[in-house]
Amino acid sequence: MSGFSNRPLARAEAKVMGRLDLTKRLVALLRHEEAVVGGIGNTNFDLWAAGRRPQNFYMLGSMGLAVPIAMGVALAQPQRRVVALEGDGSILMQLGCLATAANLKQGNLLIVVMDNGSYQITGGQATATGLGADIVAIARGAGLAQSAWAADEAHFEEMVGQALAEPGPWLIGVRIDMQKPVIQTERDPAQIRDRFMRGLGVKPAWG
Amino acid sequence: MSAWFEIIRDTLKRHEVRLVAYVPDNVLTPLIRAITEDDYFTSFVTTREEEAVGIVAGAWMGGTRGIVLMQTSGFATLPNVLASLAVPFQVPVLMLVSERGTLGEFNLGQALVARTMRPVLDSIAVEHHTISRLDECEFIVDRSVRQAVATQQPACLILSPLLTGGKVFAQ
Repeated sequence: MSGFSNRPLARAEAKVMGRLDLTKRLVALLRHEEAVVGGIGNTNFDLWAAGRRPQNFYMLGSMGLAVPIAMGVALAQPQRRVVALEGDGSILMQLGCLATAANLKQGNLLIVVMDNGSYQITGGQATATGLGADIVAIARGAGLAQSAWAADEAHFEEMVGQALAEPGPWLIGVRIDMQKPVIQTERDPAQIRDRFMRGLGVKPAWG
Repeated sequence: MSAWFEIIRDTLKRHEVRLVAYVPDNVLTPLIRAITEDDYFTSFVTTREEEAVGIVAGAWMGGTRGIVLMQTSGFATLPNVLASLAVPFQVPVLMLVSERGTLGEFNLGQALVARTMRPVLDSIAVEHHTISRLDECEFIVDRSVRQAVATQQPACLILSPLLTGGKVFAQ
């Protein structure tokens, strides 16, 4: 676990990066129909902007539940890697799920937390991470030993590559800027769910 | 005749409801024990009921049926996830609630929170049934699971103290 253990970075030492750029880099590394669950708001919009995939689930509402949903998919399909994309405000709402994820020891789970220390979409109010909480330290304390901050873009790609290849669960913290989303997700929940199930092979391909 | 928790365990099994996420409850203890002792099920505790609903929703989309076990006060934390995830995305999340707050409740807080449960379920059009008789238990569970899966909608089963004995204040 070189990329996760040999850089004991604190949050303050991690580079502030572009959210959409990181999302595109993540999606570009997906080669085996990995599932991706996007949380609400900007992480979701950027996942949509990075290119629609049948294996993407776009959550609308239910703030904080991207990780639990990803855990459920990962339980049902242990052969598939599952990625949860969350923001700092979202994960702060559901910190208990980090302890559950640690207890379940899901080898196929990767959690990416995009942290700008801000409830950006509601007006930029500070989150607890903007006031000093460290999500990676919280995750490690919850039992997710393979948790680390990405130092920069190259380090992020190295960590994602490792997390998609070796047994998890993994958590990558990335510090991101305050760029606005370039597009919003189509809000059609039944269609999103149906396409996702077909993308996961639970329902047959359409047509 | 089997006990209520054996009937529920066996009916869930027959419908391939394999994943059981729960927040513990005293009255549910025999059911939780029966499920955890049975290798058919994957069962585990979550820190919060909302988290369990998210996990069961994800598992359904991944091809595995699941159910959330909780008590009434836990259900009271669920309106947001039901109204924004399970109902609009058409995910048949199954819920089993041990009913507190009535028929001998000793905690006023439980009695009040229990009154919110059925109005919430009705307001978001989630099918729910209260199981109060042993001879109706299998029918209600069986038909509710069938309907939830067929209509792709969540369903909530409420276990009345009339069925379980409920929880009474230790003298």
